[in-house]
Amino acid sequence: MPKVKVSRKSTFIDMTAMSDVTVLLLTFFMLTSTFIRKEPVQVNTPGSVSEIKIPETDILQILVDPQGKIFLSMDKQVDQMEVLRRIGEDNNIEFTTKELYDFSLLPTFGSPIGTMKQFLAMDTEDQDKNLKDLGIPNDSTNNQFKQWVQATRALMKESDRNDVFKIAIKADATTPYPIIKKVMDDLRELRENRYNLITSLKGGASSEPSETH
Amino acid sequence: MAEVQQGGGEKGKGKQKKISTRVDFTPMVDMNMLLITFFMFCTTLSKPQTMEIAMPPKDKDIEDLTEKPELADDLAITLILDANDVAYYYAGLPNYSDPNSLVEVDYSPDGIRNLLMGKNTAINRQIDEIKQSLLRKEITQEEYKDRVSQIKKETKNTPMVMIKPTEGASYKNLIDALDEMQITNIARYAIMDTTSIERFLLQNKLSGGELSRAAVAEGQL
Repeated sequence: MPKVKVSRKSTFIDMTAMSDVTVLLLTFFMLTSTFIRKEPVQVNTPGSVSEIKIPETDILQILVDPQGKIFLSMDKQVDQMEVLRRIGEDNNIEFTTKELYDFSLLPTFGSPIGTMKQFLAMDTEDQDKNLKDLGIPNDSTNNQFKQWVQATRALMKESDRNDVFKIAIKADATTPYPIIKKVMDDLRELRENRYNLITSLKGGASSEPSETH
Repeated sequence: MAEVQQGGGEKGKGKQKKISTRVDFTPMVDMNMLLITFFMFCTTLSKPQTMEIAMPPKDKDIEDLTEKPELADDLAITLILDANDVAYYYAGLPNYSDPNSLVEVDYSPDGIRNLLMGKNTAINRQIDEIKQSLLRKEITQEEYKDRVSQIKKETKNTPMVMIKPTEGASYKNLIDALDEMQITNIARYAIMDTTSIERFLLQNKLSGGELSRAAVAEGQL
C-alpha cells in the first residue's frame, strides 16, 4: 500500500505587509484629520464656494444655534483661563485657581457669568447636559457676549497677537437672519468689522464664471 | 504563536543556538487597526471653509452710498432676501408705482447669478482673459489671485449690490447671496438693513400693486 503523504503546511501568515499597510493608513489619518470639537449644539453650516481655510490658532469661535443661543470657544486653554479671570473681575466674581483650570478644559463654553461658578462645580456629564440650555446672554440690558469679545480682544492686544486674532461665526443654515444680525451688530459696536463666517464646502456648485456665459 | 524556535541542540556541545529572526506582527496589526478606528471616529477630514467679510464701522452710515452721485442708476442693484428662499431685486431707484419693477429671482445659477453676470461684464471679461492665461499656465495661481483683486479694485463703473435681508430670511440665504457675489466677481457689495422703501415695494409686489394704487388715490404719487 502506498503511503499517502500529506504535506504539512505552516499556518503562519506573515503579517509584516499588513502591518506596513496599517501604519501607512494610520499616518495618513493622523496627518490629514483634525479632532472634532465637542459642541453643545449640532450645527449644519451652509455651503459656499469659498475656499479660504480657517486658521487654527488665535481664533474666537462664536457658535450660534437656530434659537439664538451663543456659545464661544477658543483655541488656547491659557487664553480661555485668562479671559474668564478678567470677566470675573469685571463682574466682581472671584474665581479660584481650580475653577479657572476647570474652565480652561471646556471645549466650548456658554454659561452666563452669574451661574458660572455653579456650572464649573458640576461634573462633566452634567455640564454637557446643561450647556445646551444655557448660552451667553446678549440682550441689550445684559450683553455678556460683548464683554467676552471685548476681553478677548484686549488680551490679544496685550500679547501682541492683535493682527492675527480672528473672530469666526459658526451658525446653522436655518438660523433666522435677525439672530445673526444681532450678533453682527454687537460685533460692529465693538468695532470688530472683519470676521469670518464658517461654511462648509458646497458640492457641485462651480466658481467658473465663464460657464454661464 | 510567536515563532521563536530554538534549535534543538543539546547543551555543552559548543553549537550555537539557531534563533529565528522572524517576528510575529499580528499584535502590531491589531493595535494599528484599533488606532485607525479611533482616528476615524474621533477626527474629521474636512476642514471648515470660511468666508471673510468686512462690515463698515458703525459710525459711518452706509446708507449714504445710494446717494453718491457717481453711482449710476443702472449700476445700483438692490437685492432683497425674503422668507422661503425667495429673493427680489430692483435696479436703480425704487419705482413705487409699478409693482413689476421688483423682480423675483431665486438662488439657482439661473437666478441671481445670471443677472449679476450680465451686469458685471466689464470685470468678468478681464477675469476671463487672465483665467485663460492661467489655464495655459502662463501665470501662477498667486499671480492670478493678485490680478483678480487688482481688476476688481481698478475697474470703473462696476455694479454695486445692496443685499437687504428681511426678517424672514435665513442665514443660509445671506451666505448664498454673498456666495453669488464671489462667483460673479462683484467688487462692491454691502449688507444693509431693510428700510420702509423695501417693505413697501415687497408688500406692493405681493398685493399686486394695491399699495401704489392706494397711494395714487391719496395723491402721494
